[in-house]
Amino acid sequence: MIAYTLLAGLLFGLYFSLVALGLNLVFGVMRLINLAHGDFLMLGAFLAYGLYSSAGVNPVYAIPAEIVAFVLAGVALYYAVVPRLLSSRDPEMLSFILLFGLSQIIEALAVIAFGNDQRAIPATVFGIHPVSLFGQTFPAAWAVSAVVSAAAILAVYFYLYRSRLGHATRAVMASRDEAASTGINVHRVSAIALGAGLALAAIAGAFSPFMLGSIGPDMGIRITTVSFAVIVIGSLGNPLGTVLGGLVYGLGLMLMETYFPSWANLLPYVLLILILLIRPSGLLGKRVRLA
Amino acid sequence: MPRGGWYSVGVVLLFALLPFVYGNHALLFNMMMYLVLAQGINVLFGFTGYLPFGYVGFFGAGAYGASLAILLVHLPPVPALFVGAAVSVLVALLLAPLLRLSGAYFAIASLAASEVVYYIVSNPHLVSLTQGPYGISLAQVYNSGASYATMVVVLAMALAAVVYLRNSHMGLALQAIREEPISAGFAGINVVRERTRAWLLSAALAGLAGGAYAWHVSVFYPKSVFDLNISVFAIVFTLFGGVATLVGPIVGTLLLYGLYNWIGISQPEYFQLVFGIVIVLLVLFLPNGLVSLLRRAKIHVP
Repeated sequence: MIAYTLLAGLLFGLYFSLVALGLNLVFGVMRLINLAHGDFLMLGAFLAYGLYSSAGVNPVYAIPAEIVAFVLAGVALYYAVVPRLLSSRDPEMLSFILLFGLSQIIEALAVIAFGNDQRAIPATVFGIHPVSLFGQTFPAAWAVSAVVSAAAILAVYFYLYRSRLGHATRAVMASRDEAASTGINVHRVSAIALGAGLALAAIAGAFSPFMLGSIGPDMGIRITTVSFAVIVIGSLGNPLGTVLGGLVYGLGLMLMETYFPSWANLLPYVLLILILLIRPSGLLGKRVRLA
Repeated sequence: MPRGGWYSVGVVLLFALLPFVYGNHALLFNMMMYLVLAQGINVLFGFTGYLPFGYVGFFGAGAYGASLAILLVHLPPVPALFVGAAVSVLVALLLAPLLRLSGAYFAIASLAASEVVYYIVSNPHLVSLTQGPYGISLAQVYNSGASYATMVVVLAMALAAVVYLRNSHMGLALQAIREEPISAGFAGINVVRERTRAWLLSAALAGLAGGAYAWHVSVFYPKSVFDLNISVFAIVFTLFGGVATLVGPIVGTLLLYGLYNWIGISQPEYFQLVFGIVIVLLVLFLPNGLVSLLRRAKIHVP
């Protein structure tokens, strides 16, 4: 029982790392909290659902389409609003409110386009055989989702630490002004980071029917809150810290669902409040944000 | 009469008299409820800069506090309302450490806090106390006229609170804290005490509104009194009109809730779309709300 719970926690932990990774990347680069993060994940889920229901495309093969569509959307969104926001009087609060408005628009358009019904992709799309791991058996969909998540996390690692663009991105994270003064094209770097952040959310969305339950237009705000809890636990602005946050959250969730199922809903919120009050910099971080 | 006083008296009289000539009492009642909540948001966000996304948590705590006082202690509704407000204030006291957080962190933490209150109240293990997810029925004290009158009084209290802040040392102190907390501290303002008072006042207003709402509808589910949309509406109405004024939230609520009533009930998704577009345009082009147009024209706004 405990071995099963811990291994399932690991699989879900990797997946939740992917769910929150984009939010943290965007926060790290632009210092803005993308309140529409969960709504972009929802759109990614509907794209995967659409490809599956119209052409029988396996969600794994939907990933390239997700990346193209959402990187473009992120770059467009960046140039449409972010430079204007960052130069305003109170960029943090105004961008928060604006992205909240955007999340309302996305949710409304999704209801208009897809209706309020809950959708699902059958887990049999990955075959009917469960996967065996250290003597425990899990649905194949869980294993595939965890493997895709691990691959996406590795890709982000290579992007940030092994590429020129990534070095520039980390320079912008450290200090936007100083990065600009060394000749880095801050807007280009940030626009790509926003695109990457949305694409990561969309990839997580493609696997949400198996990991988060059925998909519907109203799922966004809950996912944004859970993602925020995950990145606060790991530490804000440190994309790889997200993985620690995701693992803590995934393990915590599985333990709660096994031993205290009726209180499991409380977990992300209680964790979020406790961490913000006790150690606002997160488990790995140095930065403290107090009023 | 302090500045803004006559406007407030006018609004209260309007809602006290309209039921005699206009039949849609549910619309009038909900509009008053959102006027109270918008002014409660205004007290906190307008004057101190803390954006409470989880404001609905106080509304729900007030609704449940009042209902349980009626059901378990058999108090009459009006005293029960004050029990509801006291419960909200108690929750706010427990959550006061959240005020240490700033900006978006506070906003999301307060959202998480309201979800915590919701999941505790609706937990099936607490059915014997809160009826859990099955909701509350106050059919034995149902009185639509008296509960409407109560909401009129609560509205008067909310407007009086904002008129006070617009004309008092405390209001100025809060705005100073919002702009520059450190300088405000140097100027001799007790930053922690003043912003905690604003937080508790704002929670009490939401608690009273929640109690009056519970009495008025008399049958409700935890989902409906902890609905995040209640926070969202009140915040956007306030922002749309203009924060830190008396008139802004009133104008915002009357216009946008009027719009909601016109298209939002039959087609909520179209209303939500308009709502989202309004928010985006507001932030980009009119961050201080509609009343800032009047200010630009050099008209004084109470």
